[in-house]
Amino acid sequence: MKRRSLLAAGAAALALATGGGFADGHEKTKVGFIYVGPIGDGGWTYQHDQGRLAVEAEYGDKVETIFQESVPEGADAERAITQMALQGADIIFTTSFGYMDQTNSVAAKFPDVKFEHATGFKREHPNVATYDARFYEGRAVIGTIAGHMTETNKIGYIASFPIPEVIQGINAAYLHAAKVNPDVEMVVTWVYTWFDPAKEADAARAMIGQGVDVIMQHTDSTAPQAAALEANNEGGRVFTFGQASDMASFAPAPRIASIIDDWSPYYIKRVGQVIAGTWEQGASWGGMPEGEVVIGEITEVVPAEVKAEAEAMIAAITDGTYHPFTGPINKQDGTPWLAEGEVADDGTLAGMSFYVEGITGEIPN
Amino acid sequence: MIALEKRPEPSRAWSFATPMLAVLLTMIAGGLMFAALGKNPVEAIRTIFWDPLFGEFAFYYRGQLLIKAGPLILIAIGLSIGFRAGIWNIGAEGQYIVGAICGAAVGLAFYPLESFIVFPLMVVFGALGGFLWAMIPGILRVKFNTNEILVSLLLVYVAEFLLASMALGTLRNPDGAGFPGSRNFRSYPAGFNEEIIAGTGMHWGVVAAFIAVIFTYVLFARHQMGFQIKLAGQAPRAARFGGVNPARLVLFCLGLSGALAGLAGLFEVSGPAGQISIDFNVGYGFTAIIVAFLGRLHPVGILLAGLLLALTYIGGEAAQSALGLPAAAIQAFQGMLLFFLLAVDVLTNYRVRLGKREAV
Amino acid sequence: MDLSAISPTLLIAALMVAATPIILAAIGELIVEKAGVLNLGVEGMMITGAICGFAIAVESGSPLLGFIAAAVGGAVLSLLFGVLTQYFLSNQVATGLGLTLFGLGLSALMGQGYIGIRPPTTSKVDIPVLSEIPVLGPILFNQDLVVYFALLLVVATWAVLKFSRAGLILRAVGENHDAAHALGYKVVRVRLMAIMFGGACAGLGGAYLSLARVPQWTEGMTAGAGWIALAIVVFGAWRPFRVLLGAYLFGGVTVLQLNLQAAGANIPVEYLSMSPYLITIAVLVIMSSGKAKAALNAPACLGRQFHASS
Repeated sequence: MKRRSLLAAGAAALALATGGGFADGHEKTKVGFIYVGPIGDGGWTYQHDQGRLAVEAEYGDKVETIFQESVPEGADAERAITQMALQGADIIFTTSFGYMDQTNSVAAKFPDVKFEHATGFKREHPNVATYDARFYEGRAVIGTIAGHMTETNKIGYIASFPIPEVIQGINAAYLHAAKVNPDVEMVVTWVYTWFDPAKEADAARAMIGQGVDVIMQHTDSTAPQAAALEANNEGGRVFTFGQASDMASFAPAPRIASIIDDWSPYYIKRVGQVIAGTWEQGASWGGMPEGEVVIGEITEVVPAEVKAEAEAMIAAITDGTYHPFTGPINKQDGTPWLAEGEVADDGTLAGMSFYVEGITGEIPN
Repeated sequence: MIALEKRPEPSRAWSFATPMLAVLLTMIAGGLMFAALGKNPVEAIRTIFWDPLFGEFAFYYRGQLLIKAGPLILIAIGLSIGFRAGIWNIGAEGQYIVGAICGAAVGLAFYPLESFIVFPLMVVFGALGGFLWAMIPGILRVKFNTNEILVSLLLVYVAEFLLASMALGTLRNPDGAGFPGSRNFRSYPAGFNEEIIAGTGMHWGVVAAFIAVIFTYVLFARHQMGFQIKLAGQAPRAARFGGVNPARLVLFCLGLSGALAGLAGLFEVSGPAGQISIDFNVGYGFTAIIVAFLGRLHPVGILLAGLLLALTYIGGEAAQSALGLPAAAIQAFQGMLLFFLLAVDVLTNYRVRLGKREAV
Repeated sequence: MDLSAISPTLLIAALMVAATPIILAAIGELIVEKAGVLNLGVEGMMITGAICGFAIAVESGSPLLGFIAAAVGGAVLSLLFGVLTQYFLSNQVATGLGLTLFGLGLSALMGQGYIGIRPPTTSKVDIPVLSEIPVLGPILFNQDLVVYFALLLVVATWAVLKFSRAGLILRAVGENHDAAHALGYKVVRVRLMAIMFGGACAGLGGAYLSLARVPQWTEGMTAGAGWIALAIVVFGAWRPFRVLLGAYLFGGVTVLQLNLQAAGANIPVEYLSMSPYLITIAVLVIMSSGKAKAALNAPACLGRQFHASS
């Protein structure tokens, strides 16, 4: 407790010394970003940084953005966030789940600074908001395409860690692939990393070797795309989907579509609210309607009617008439989860830790 | 021609002057790099070296310096003992992880019991975890003559998978909505490694690091074991004739360094980090090897080297967000600092002679 | 579980690819260590090679030029280590670790303009007729050139160490540098050349990752391969063919565990993921125990400083 008051006193002294916080008039709104990887990862952090650049492009001279990349989760994150707050940031986006407790703990010490934590659920103070994107909406679309495109009826999924976000993706992809192709089988490989190109390539090769002909990934490198391309050069027929970023350099094949995380709309909106003084705490879980989950170009390799079906689903999700988790859906062990027409509630989705019926294999742990 | 001549005794004057010289050279070379990246070099150097200590926010950074340096020093002290004896524990990172897992598991098992006994028990099990993990390469070396560098290094990767499995499974916070990561010790006071004096960064891990420095100093200055360790490192054959039991020495050195690394992990997980998470470890175990050598394997040297490296981390982070320097530039800068420190060290042990070398 | 889905032929072909960067880096480090120098900077040299190779291949459109640039880049970086350890007599362990730190930072700086670009394809050698042979064809006659080059390098290293005068000098320097010096060999020069060879090989290994195996540039993409290479050298007891064996074993288990997962094997994933490391340790224990003790023939001067006038 003492430590908090000391820090608060320090911050207050600083506020006095610099002539007060933002409300009292430093010219530019200072926007901070804490990244978990290097901005050159080409995936998760890269997309967040694109969002930062979009904020700069939108508001020009009215904002100043600062960022710190490759911040480890834990004690270092708390320091990095505190540092930004001390430097006079008005709003700080912390862009990894592992920053959750640190974001809240720093927020307690800087009540005048706004904090936005990505993919978490804790909002312990009025100046903390959380935001996330409904990636499973995109998975439903590419699952549909995958179900049509597979000839071996084996769809591969390179999974990172067994956490709700990843499990949502596997379930959504499988449900929609099975809907258009009941014989489809889901081959899940857990690599226990978000980013390890060599390992991702090996996982893709192992699956291709076993007859998988459509690969989805929940890891960030393009290595699986390259592995598929290599197989195709040798006469194979393997398709992939871009992940996090568009990975357009592998289009038109093997990459036939992609799920893009687009954080720009959210960042622009929230920074705008800080500038206008209307920012409020909230828990945002945007998806296709908000433009946060975007399906990259569906290439000409995909038959026109399949493309049309995918686009219809995008439209339906975007205008809110279709929810990817609509009953009847049973859990893996056959117990009913959603009744006919019932739509999954956000609470269950956010903590999803089970497979739906039809997926073989077990979730680790 | 320039020639080097070995000094009979390392120069005292140079051993103080070389670190200064190295820092100065790094500032020049690093400044050039920052300038090449289009940043103001003077400002960058000031942000890295001056601001954390004496700048506007020094009240915050000084404490952070201790938090960052604590585990580095604690692990490096343990490693230095083995290195002096020629026993190469490269896997402190793994012992750090396992110590954290064991200690945290004990603490979490007691949740939500509020008792003064919880934290001391965690400390004991943290040390024990690191100790046992280090005993694997120790026993394999003693029993099967298996190379300890390799085994301890490979066990780091095994420990990382163990950590992921713990964060996702056994130790996962039951109230965490299915997300990975254990309960946070901040919300469990009996198991929380609280700062002893608020706002100073001084937590039990830092205290342990200071105790380890003093203990090691005494060990090498006065104790029989310290002598045996030095002897084993410098003249293994003589040591054997002198009655040093090599197997015992291996187990002692690996066990001690493992226990200290485990302690560092425990203090980190129960304090600054707060919880077991997939990416809990941030490379302290590897950085500590650098610290140990920068400190010339001497306890006081390690203390200073740990603080210096911590300063570059903290100042480097500040430079990133304040000046927009890429993290990569800071990494390269730290590499430079290391190179210069190592390079100018030659002046301590050797005399530079200009002119023709005398026939030997 | 459907184990029949795993094709042994494809598995072996895949493990050869997976092991290639490790073989390249490990053979380089083997030569360095044979000369009595311990360079822990393999990871740093690999990643520098990865970006040098990638950048040049993209700019020139030629993977071959890329690989050459990678070797040069790795060698130049290793020269830094060489000068520090051989002329400034710095501690090899610390300098090597510093090299890794520096290499990771430097490569990230150099690679800032190369994110998300696809390099020119490293073509495979498809030997007609032979590659059609069942089982052996895909394994032996349908790989890319670098895979063959790595194998060739292993054989060449073995031959040079065993039969040539250069190999003899190298080993003499590594076993007893004072005696080698007394015999008139230039200890420092030999070591510098060995260090640069090691850097070049590590650079090639890194470029194989960024140009052939992944192929893409991303920061930190070597993801620990350099450390594995170091471990494999010790594992292989400083013998080229055992290094090859070690790299294949490690690559094999890595590939196999992913295949087992994909085939739906009912083994917990965590244990499968740990298996390459655990099995390497287990084999090492078996190899180093018992009568094979003498096989752990570490060069006697490994990691020791040499100063001529001492």
